[in-house]
Order: sequence, then structure tokens, then C-alpha cells
Amino acid sequence: MTSTTSPPAVERAAGEPDRRPARSRRKRPALPYLLLLPALLFELLIHIVPMFVGIGMSLLHLTQFFIRNWSAAPGAGLSNYRLAVDFHAPVGAALLRSFWTTVKFTVLSVGLSCLFGMAAAVLMQGSFRGRGLLRTLFLVPYALPLYAAVITWAFMLQRDNGLVNHLLGDDLHVVGTNTHAPFWLIGGNSFVSLVAVSVWRSWPFAFLILMAGLQNIPADLYEASALDGASWWRQLRSVTLPMLRPVNQVLVLVLFLWTFNDFNTPYVLFGKSAPLQADLISIHIYQSSFVTWNFGSGSAMSVLLLLFLLLVTAVYLVSTGRRRSDV
Amino acid sequence: MSEPRWLRSVRWIVLGLLTIFTLTPLYVMVSSALKPLDEVQGAFHWVPTTLTLRPFVDIWKTIPLGRYFLNSLVVSASATVLSVTIAIFAAYSISRFRFPGRRVFSVTVLSTQMFPGILFLLPLFLIFVNIGEATGVQLYGSRLGLTITYLTFSLPFSIWMLAGYFDSIPRELDEAAQVDGNGPVGALLRVVVPAAMPGIVAVAIYAFMTAWGEVLFASVLTNDSTRTLSIGLQEYSTQTDVYWNQVMAAALVVSTPIVIGFLLLQRYLVAGLTAGAVK
Repeated sequence: MTSTTSPPAVERAAGEPDRRPARSRRKRPALPYLLLLPALLFELLIHIVPMFVGIGMSLLHLTQFFIRNWSAAPGAGLSNYRLAVDFHAPVGAALLRSFWTTVKFTVLSVGLSCLFGMAAAVLMQGSFRGRGLLRTLFLVPYALPLYAAVITWAFMLQRDNGLVNHLLGDDLHVVGTNTHAPFWLIGGNSFVSLVAVSVWRSWPFAFLILMAGLQNIPADLYEASALDGASWWRQLRSVTLPMLRPVNQVLVLVLFLWTFNDFNTPYVLFGKSAPLQADLISIHIYQSSFVTWNFGSGSAMSVLLLLFLLLVTAVYLVSTGRRRSDV
Repeated sequence: MSEPRWLRSVRWIVLGLLTIFTLTPLYVMVSSALKPLDEVQGAFHWVPTTLTLRPFVDIWKTIPLGRYFLNSLVVSASATVLSVTIAIFAAYSISRFRFPGRRVFSVTVLSTQMFPGILFLLPLFLIFVNIGEATGVQLYGSRLGLTITYLTFSLPFSIWMLAGYFDSIPRELDEAAQVDGNGPVGALLRVVVPAAMPGIVAVAIYAFMTAWGEVLFASVLTNDSTRTLSIGLQEYSTQTDVYWNQVMAAALVVSTPIVIGFLLLQRYLVAGLTAGAVK
């Protein structure tokens, strides 16, 4: 607060008789930029510059020998990219498989999260006893630190002492027990586990956004349609869902980007080596970079991932008719 | 709204299932943290036969939880203070001034939020290592490096939310302060910041949550002595022989303050989180 004593003095010294803020604002063209400067510097250091460095790295043979002196790394041209998209060679084939795994995972996780969120939001639209408590409870998974939640799931999914096998085997008898008990963190089941954990984490966010969206629908729309004799079902289809469209469009895009890039959930759930069936693209790039220390090819894969996400986002924004001014 | 009778049953069935889905892991976390070791090593049981607080004591010896805690606390708190301060100035600039480049800045900063973290991770690792080589300022493996990384993670959302919040504060307030002899920065600190306190607290909670839960960058940018809670617990829980009751106790300890803080301030945070999507 002490620093605020000098600016008034400076301003008074300018001796401008007309003190209207619009004027003084025009007289200080540098001020808005100065206020932005710290934010800009950190964004440049952590995001913008690394992004361009990453594009540069993707054009180098950047292996562990050049980590501390990467300007000495030999140029690679586009060979890192050619390697990544050569789907007949092992590297490209593995990347393509990981890509499809991620697509499947994203569609399932985003779809289920939106479905759960929509169901809960619509069913909680009216007021009833315990509504506030439920709403708070549903927000807890979102508030929980991600790793604490995922570690708990990892414990639940343990084969011999986990809740899931106890529930499905001993209580419900739908899977084998003891030596016949299924594994949930390796093999094909690991994909199911990953989707379950991801949905548990994501659906409260969908619920939160959709609840807010519902509150913004004018009540007279419901009153008017009720006067016209519209049933609850009819109101849902003709009032609620169309009015939620813009909210839904943003929600799906945000969830898509988060889920597609998700690294934290599989990393905490499976540790350093994700099973093949749950090898999401971020994990795949991370492992192929830090296990082989080949940063050049890792960067090329990251750039390809970014291009793919930009393409999907652009197509999505154009097809849903949202302009950039709405971002 | 006109509600048919069947809706009541559907409501309780669907909300009941979602409640069970949501509650189960929370129940497992709490109940297992209170179980003795032999009860979490055998087959799972819903109800603990004996209750004990030992896991909450033992976990500090099993892994260096105290050190992880301190690292996480220092990094998250510093990142929060810096991020909120920087965001206040940037948001004020965007909310109160019209200048060339304003749109470009907003869009660029917001879109960095959407980019895959893995894209920045490899170059940032190299940049930090090389800054250390060139200047002796150790960013790789240090709390400082992690702090400045984390502060940028919450920055875009904080700026965006605070700019919206500042927009809702009447300009007459800061114009009055300027007539009273304050400059724009004085008006910001004396009038706008106090009026925007709920928004600022919400943004601070968000920044703290972001830093406290981060995994990807912590896994690469920290070393043994700067390891944070997320990676410390993750590493321990993926070993072969895990004391799960102690891990659950640790998970409960690291979650409780965050969840309580979030739930107390959710009104403000939720308003900010949803404003953009709803508009």
C-alpha cells in the first residue's frame, strides 16, 4: 500500500485541469501494458517460448548426449515426424495404437460425464429435502486433490485386498474370487478402470456447469409451456435441452481437451508403466521421451498432438457456429 | 414445473446411484485410514473390526511425508500469492483500459490453458537445465522452478475471472478514487481490490488447488529433496508392498483442508467457474 503514495503526486504535477478518467487514460498509453507485463513475462517463459523451443526440438536428433548442450544436436529435418507417422514401423504403430486408445477413452469418459452431469442437474432442478447436501457431496470429487482421489481408486482396484473384487466377487458373485479374481490395473480391465476413475473425477464438473446453465433459463419459459399443457418430458425436450445447447457446447469442448490430454489419472493409477490397453497419448509421449531420452521424437509427437487438437477444436467451433468472440 | 409422479422414483434411483458412486471412494479413504495394517492386507471388509489412529502417526515415518508436505506447502503458497498478485494487475488492465493488443493477449493466454502439458514439459525441462548451466540459477529440481511453473497454470483462469469480477464493480468507484487524488494503481489497490475480495479469495483457492494437486510437472522438475506430496505419495503407492491404511491416512490429511476450503468458498468459485461457459 505504501507504493500508492507516489502516483497521485505525479498526476497532480501534470497539472491537467480536466480530471476525467477517459482523458487521463489516453494520456498514459504505457500503463495498461505495464500492468500486463508480469503476466506476459511468465506466460512467455513457461508457455510461449517453450512451445517454440518444442517445435525447434522436434527438428533435431536430440538424445541424452545433448541435454546440457542442445545447440550441438544434429539437425534431423522432418525425420522425427516421418518416424512418428510411419505406421508400419514400431514407433509409428505404437503411437497410432495409443492415439486410438485415447480416442476411445475420451469419447467414453466425456460422454458418460456429460450424461451423469445432465441427469443429476435436471433431476435436481426442483427443490426437495437434502438438495443442498447432495449438491455439496457431488462437488467433493472435484475439490479433492487428484492424486489423493486416484490413489484411493488404486487401492480399491487392488486384486487381493481391494473393494472392487470384494464387491463383485464375494458380494455379487459376478467375477471369480481368490485365485480366479480378475486384475484391474493390468491387462484389458485396466481400460475399464481408467474410464471409471476419469468419469468419477469429471462428472461433477459437468454437473456444476449444467446446474449453472439451468439456473439461467428464464422461469417464464416453463410457465408458458406449462400453460400450453406441455408435459415434463416435453418441457425437457423443448425448453431445457435447447436452452442448454450453448453451455453444453463449451462443456464438451473443455472436457474433450482435458480428457484427451489427461496424464495425471493414468500416471497415478498405474505408475511409470501404463498397461498397453490404457496407454493414453500423453503417457505414451512422456514414456517414449524419458525412457529413451529421445526428446526430438517426443517433441515431434507433441507437436502432432497439438495440431490434432487445434484441428478438432477449429472444426468443432465452426460446426457449432461459435465465433472467437465468444471464447 | 409440472412433475409427473414417476419422476420422483426416477430421481431417487438415479441420484441414489450417483451418491453411492461418489461416496464409495470417500468411504474407503476414511474407513481404511482407521484400520490396523492386517485388516487392509487381507481381503477387503466394509466395516473395520478395530479402529485405530496409528496410520496417521506411522505414515510420517514410513515415507518422508513431512518433507513432502513442506515442499508442497511452500510451492503452492508462493505460487498462489504470486499468481493472484500478477492476475490482479493484469485483470485490472483488461477490465479498465482499451488498448491495441488487449484481445490478442486475452485469447493467447486463455488458449495456453488448453494446450497439452506434455508439449511444454520437454522444452521447459531443457530450458531450466540450460538456464542453470548458463547462470547458476537452479530452476530444475528446485522449489523456485516449480513455483514459477505453477503460477502460470492458474494465471489464465485467474485473470479471466478477476477481469469479469472487476467489470461488475462500478467504474464510478475508481473514478471517485481518482478524483480524490489517487492514480489508477492507487484506485485499484484502495477501491477495486477491497471490493473484489470474494473474487480474489476464490481465485486464490483455485490457484492453491491447482498447485497442490499437480502431478506431471512435479514428476520431472523435482528431485529427492524437493519432491512434492503428489509425487511422493504416487511413488509410494505404486510400490509392490504398500501399507494402504497409512496411504489412505495421508490422502485424507492432504485432502481435508483443500476440500473444506473449497466447500466453504464454493459459492464464489463456482460463480466464476461457470460464468464463462454460461455467458
